[in-house]
Amino acid sequence: MKQLEEKIFRIIMIGAALIILGVLIYIVGTIFFKGLPSLTWDMITKVPGGGFYLGKEGGVLNAIVGSVYIIFGALTISLVISVPLVMYINFYLPGTSMFSNIVRFCLDILYGVPSIVYGAFGFALMVYLGIRASLMGGIIVVAMLIMPIMMRSFDEVARLLSRDLPDALLSLGATRYEMVKVILKQLMPGLITAVLLAIGRGIGDAATVLFTAGYTDNIPTSLSQPAASLPLSIFFQLGSPVEEVQNRAYASAIILTMIILILSFSARYFSSKFLKTRI
Amino acid sequence: MRKLRIVKDKTARVIMLGFAIFTILFLAVIGLSLFFKALPIMREKNLWVLLTSSSWRPFRGDFGFLPFIVSTLYVSLIAIIIALPFSVLTSIYLNSYASKRIRRFFEPVVDLLSGIPPVIYGVWGTLAIVPLISNKIAPRFVEFSTGYTVLAGGIVLAVMIIPLLISIMVEVFRSIPVVMTDASLSLGATKWQTVKKVILRKSFPGIIAATVLALSRAFGETMAVLMVCGNIPLIPKSFFDACYPLPALIANNYGEMLSMPSYESALMFAAFLLFIIVVLFNGASRFTLNQIEKRYQLS
Repeated sequence: MKQLEEKIFRIIMIGAALIILGVLIYIVGTIFFKGLPSLTWDMITKVPGGGFYLGKEGGVLNAIVGSVYIIFGALTISLVISVPLVMYINFYLPGTSMFSNIVRFCLDILYGVPSIVYGAFGFALMVYLGIRASLMGGIIVVAMLIMPIMMRSFDEVARLLSRDLPDALLSLGATRYEMVKVILKQLMPGLITAVLLAIGRGIGDAATVLFTAGYTDNIPTSLSQPAASLPLSIFFQLGSPVEEVQNRAYASAIILTMIILILSFSARYFSSKFLKTRI
Repeated sequence: MRKLRIVKDKTARVIMLGFAIFTILFLAVIGLSLFFKALPIMREKNLWVLLTSSSWRPFRGDFGFLPFIVSTLYVSLIAIIIALPFSVLTSIYLNSYASKRIRRFFEPVVDLLSGIPPVIYGVWGTLAIVPLISNKIAPRFVEFSTGYTVLAGGIVLAVMIIPLLISIMVEVFRSIPVVMTDASLSLGATKWQTVKKVILRKSFPGIIAATVLALSRAFGETMAVLMVCGNIPLIPKSFFDACYPLPALIANNYGEMLSMPSYESALMFAAFLLFIIVVLFNGASRFTLNQIEKRYQLS
């Protein structure tokens, strides 16, 4: 009897895992199946032409470049804040510090705040500061969104580092600041993983840039101009009644999916590298 | 020269401490600014009326949030009900049954599912789930449905929260001491009996915490749900009615409504509501999970 139960549940469990795998294949498959016919070279090398939204010539280069600008701006801001913060709570403060745990707890909660709330807060902040929907606004809000992600995943790696290295450095007479410089080299693959994860999350999020970055058919040339982004471009094209435009939305979805796939696999590669070289 | 090193170290310490304090305060800043932005509407209307009225006519000054609150709860609950069994079963499988190779293979699968952007889930939902509901599922129960329904939102959301549930639950199951499962197995229990009587019972608080966390993620999910759930501000009567969750309300209307102060304030109220619920849920479940992790480190 119990052997039968064992067998039944094993089958159910394998079934559940297979269904989850199947859903992933189904999602990626659907996107590729629908989008591939419309995916042309023009899509990624041209900005929308005159009749783009009626199904005529042009591509989504504006959105690709806009997304890249936004994410790199946001990444710069969040790197400048995240790296010192993680170093501080891990290597400046003692391992059992209450303060570190409070910071971690806040980061966990910030990580859970929905992107639409960041979007609404960011927009209110921009109105207060007098910034209009622009590349700048998008960068600030996306930075808010990806900062907790980056800090949390970099922190995970920093916590895994053996305490021997910092102790050896300190005993040689290094200041904590000098110690951190050495540790950072050791943690580099982990930092790269954190950065890639943050890029993946930031580049795909639409709700944050919806009010803050605006939308334009041109490539922005300054921080105060509005910037298009890939997820919003997919969303707007999908809302069009013209079939060609909808098909282009699927093609744009392939571009975004490809970016995410590449980011995800590289993140995995770097994190396995970290685990291998860990001392 | 020696002094410069010390000065550098001290300066770095102060700046870093500044960042850390900023991070803690940031949470309060978001909460407070949303609150003050929402204050005008809370002054104008009774809070109870805002939360329980179902009449949404912004241009006549009626702001009843009930349809949106009900929609959010409805969609999120469906998502949890669908996602939970799959996630629990898969995590148990990965933790106690699967070989190392299968586990290795499954890690990127979960990673990818959690990495796919909401907008892609939305596209998939409109291409796959919405037609499925309007052509296959709905006709068996109701006369007509566009497919842009509570159920579509729930299904898409379920797929989105599964990776979160799995990654937390695998951690929770891993935190159970091997001694316990070994004791059960050596007494002649089968693997499934051990799972049922030891692992599931022992990790019950962790599973609850993971569920609450996933629920709060579901509450805040915007783009994917917006694309498949119809966006009609009425209380949905069944699975096959359109609905209009809070995040979708904000996303669809905010930014254009600055000309009407009370409308803007009402949308900020929605954001504030979302923020408070998510912070409370997140705080509670993270606290529980940290507790579990600590116990694991001690043993």
